[in-house]
This record gives sequence, structure tokens and C-alpha cells, in this order.
Amino acid sequence: MSAPFEFVVVGASLAGLNAARAALQHPSAPRVTVIGAEEHLPYDRPPLSKAVLKSDEHERPALFGSAELAEHEGCTVILGATATGVDTAGHVVRLGEREVRYDVLVIATGATPRTLPLETPPGVHTLRTWDDAVAIRSQMRAGGRMVVIGAGFIGSEVAASAKERGMDVVIVEALEVPLARAVGETAGAALGSIHGRHGVDLRLGSGVIGFEGEDRVTGVTLSDGSTVPADLVVVGIGALPQTSWLDGGGIEIDNGIVCDSHLRTSAPDVFAAGDVARWDNPLFARHMRIEHWTSAQEQGSHAAQNALDPGAATAYSHVPYFWSDWYDSRIQFVGVPSGTPEIVDGSWDAEAFTAIYREGDRVVGALTLNRRADIMKYRVLIAASKTVEDARALARDRAEARALKAARA
Amino acid sequence: MKIHLDRAKCTALGVCESMAPEWFEVNEDGDLDVLVDEVDEGQRERLEEIVRACPTAALSLGD
Ligand SMILES: Cc1cc2nc3c(=O)[nH]c(=O)nc-3n(C[C@H](O)[C@H](O)[C@H](O)COP(=O)(O)OP(=O)(O)OC[C@H]3O[C@@H](n4cnc5c(N)ncnc54)[C@H](O)[C@@H]3O)c2cc1C
Repeated sequence: MSAPFEFVVVGASLAGLNAARAALQHPSAPRVTVIGAEEHLPYDRPPLSKAVLKSDEHERPALFGSAELAEHEGCTVILGATATGVDTAGHVVRLGEREVRYDVLVIATGATPRTLPLETPPGVHTLRTWDDAVAIRSQMRAGGRMVVIGAGFIGSEVAASAKERGMDVVIVEALEVPLARAVGETAGAALGSIHGRHGVDLRLGSGVIGFEGEDRVTGVTLSDGSTVPADLVVVGIGALPQTSWLDGGGIEIDNGIVCDSHLRTSAPDVFAAGDVARWDNPLFARHMRIEHWTSAQEQGSHAAQNALDPGAATAYSHVPYFWSDWYDSRIQFVGVPSGTPEIVDGSWDAEAFTAIYREGDRVVGALTLNRRADIMKYRVLIAASKTVEDARALARDRAEARALKAARA
Repeated sequence: MKIHLDRAKCTALGVCESMAPEWFEVNEDGDLDVLVDEVDEGQRERLEEIVRACPTAALSLGD
């Protein structure tokens, strides 16, 4: 009997789980090994900044298919184990002294929070893992003052959750406009103003230069010399792809693992998926690395399928999608945030609006605030490379549908 | 084959609608409607993909 085909996944989260699951369902029945640094089976991260922080009873959020993975007889899950390198010529993943041979390798090591280059006393946290969320939540119980550093999506969600729990919340943001990279300046300013409407103080243009308190944080010192009192601090200043364990190996890294349109890395038989991957998206003819649930989920399966059926491999063509829930508002974005957006429905200061992004005549992105019924209709347009005119027509249709419904009520 | 929607889990994130607008639609109230009662067995693979793509694991397939 020949040796079994070894399908190895590094990173046991959303992308890794989906890669493993796709491999286990493949007719060639490879032997699957999943290596994960955390002690937990794959779980779901989006609730960590939302429902989990709001309720002390909320358990570790389940991820579809995670329990089945551990029970599957064709699969070995190695948890609490950090991969330390890949020998691409020898087809071996190293875990310290231990070696795991692969025929195909999918790297799904995700991203890790950026930190401030400052000394941090206890009580200053980042949020990426279940363990992080539990640590933050246990300290929220005491109430008091929370300072969130960074007005990005995760920081904003943490601020909203803390406010809902009755804490006093201040967000400090180094830039003059929040979320500019994610949605552009006009839209970022509009979304930032949601905080003020809910009694959260958003301080823009405020860099953090240090912390006060020794045994425990008592304040955050800003670039203008002032101090914001704090009982608990959460730093949400973005995430970096977890590629340091690959340094010096044969896999090309440049803001993530560089992949072609098929999610293949520069090394033979090595694929990447999820937040760690920067791939060539044919739909927009550019490389992108995104940190969104939907792309991580899809790329996991896509990479596995391409790895196991190289003859039938396909490009991963994708309209990015993310959502974020703040207070009672839902923000949704599809596509790419090019240029200055145009409001097509509602207004920037309203409780609900739709804005579109364009490249030439083509509509390439859409942002909605509290327009759950509309957003995916734009995603379909963008996937079909439709025009700005098509998007404006859709906006008119949607406004009409809402008016009709209001008239009926 | 039937599509089951767990309304307690669904928050109308809409991924299903973008993958199959003929089967799913988020309505004006911001809730998801499943537009069909029965789906042909030949569509199982596509539906399974949609089930997996649901960020809140609110969809499942039944007979
Ligand atoms: C608090 C929070 C809220 C979010 N909310 C939303 C949201 O509302 N909407 C949305 O679209 N997206 C959201 N996201 C993003 C989404 O969760 C991520 O895009 C998704 O988790 C990416 O999955 P992944 O598998 O690529 O990576 P990750 O989930 O980062 O998992 C990577 C795994 O690999 C492990 N690992 C790393 N290095 C090694 C190594 N050397 N050896 C072994 N294991 C290793 C890590 O420990 C980790 O478990 C949120 C993320 C967070 C943290």
C-alpha cells in the first residue's frame, strides 16, 4: 500500500476549518492534519466584540462543523501547537523539534492585533481570541471607565458593547477621520458620528503616548499631554498577518502570504487562505488581503479544492463583504472602497443610508447603514461588473419599495 | 429537499441572498425570507455551500 496523501493545515480557525472540511469531503480521501496554536477547537470570532462582551453567560461561539472536525476519523487535530517553520523543499512543517510531512499544505494562520510600542500596565488589552474576550469581559463587570484606542470596526464594536453595559466610554483615534482606509473619509466621518449619538466620546487626532498606573492602568496619556482616566483599556489599532513564523523560509511574504489568483503561494504544493493571504483577485485585477469572515470561510474551501484537483483549479474571484454591528446599527460593506463615495439613498447624517464607490463607470463598492434589505443587491451588481447607472437605478427601486411598504403600513 | 432557517440565529447578514437571490431575500423589515418551499435534489451541493457560508450557522437542509 502506498503512503496516504497528507493534507496539512496550519491555523485552526475559520479558514483552516473550511480547508480541512473540504479535504475530508474530497473523494480522494486524503489524511488531514490540522495544527492550531490556540487550545480551542475552531470557534467564531465576530461575536467576541459583540454578544460575548455584552453577556457574561455567553459561551465560546461555535463555528459550523468544528465539533465534527475533531470527531472525524480521517482527521488529526493538534491543538496548542505552534508551527515554527516550513521546509518547502522537504515538504515538512516544523513544530519545534517535531516534523509533520505534507503532500499539500494550506496556511491559514490569520492575523494578530497590532500593539502600541509602549509599556503597558495590566488592564490594557487587545482583542482577537476567546481568551482575550473573557479577560476583557471579566474586567467589564466592575463597570467604570473604558478607553478604546482606535476607532476601527473592532474598537467601535467594543465601545458600543461597553456602553451597553453602562460603562463610560471614550474612544481615542490618532487620525482626524476614522475608518478612512476601510470606507474612505466621507463615509468614515459619517460612521464616526454614530458614537456621539450614543453618548460615546470619540476624540479624533489624538495619538497615545503612554499609560498611567503601575499595578493597574489608571489613565491614557495623549499626544497633547492630557490624560484620559481609564479603568480598562482596549487597543484596537488593526491586525497584522501572522507570517513571522515563515521568515527566512522559501515562501514569499509581502503584507501577507503572496498568492496567485488560485491561492497558490510561491512554494510548490503550498496554498494560503483567510486573513493571512494576499491574493490576486481577478474580479478587480489587483492583489488584496482582507480580514473578513466571508473571504476566510470561502478561501479555506477554495484553496483545498484547488490543491486536491489541480487539473480543475479555478481562480478565487470575490466581492469582499463585511458587516459590523454598533449599538442598534448595522454597517455593511461590499466591494472595494475606491475614491469618494456617492450617496444614492438617504444622507450622510441619517440613521440609514446607501453610498456607492466607482472606478470609471463601473460600480465597485457599496456601503450601507441600516439597509439590510439592500446591500446584497449591490453585491450582485458588483460581481457582474455593472455600471454606476445600474447602481443608481437600483437605489431608486429600493427607495420606491420602501415607500410602498410605508404606504401600506 | 427543504431549507430550514433558524430565526433565532439569523441576523440577515445576507450572504445567502448574494449567493442565490432566487431562494433567499432580506425583506424591508430586515429579516430573511426563504423564497422557496422545496429545492430540487440536484441543487444539494450548491445549497450545502450556502449553508456553510452562513456566518451565523442559521441554515440547514432537511427532507
Ligand atoms: C473581535 C473580532 C470581531 C470580528 N468581527 C467581524 C465582523 O463583524 N465581520 C467580519 O466580516 N469579520 C469580522 N472579524 C474578522 C474575522 O473573524 C476574521 O476574518 C476571521 O477570523 C479570519 O479567519 P482566519 O482563519 O483567516 O484567521 P484567524 O481567525 O485569525 O485564525 C488563525 C489561527 O491560526 C493560529 N495560528 C497562528 N499562527 C500559528 C502557527 N504558527 N501555528 C499554529 N497556529 C497558528 C492562530 O492562533 C489562530 O487560531 C472579526 C474579528 C475579530 C477578532
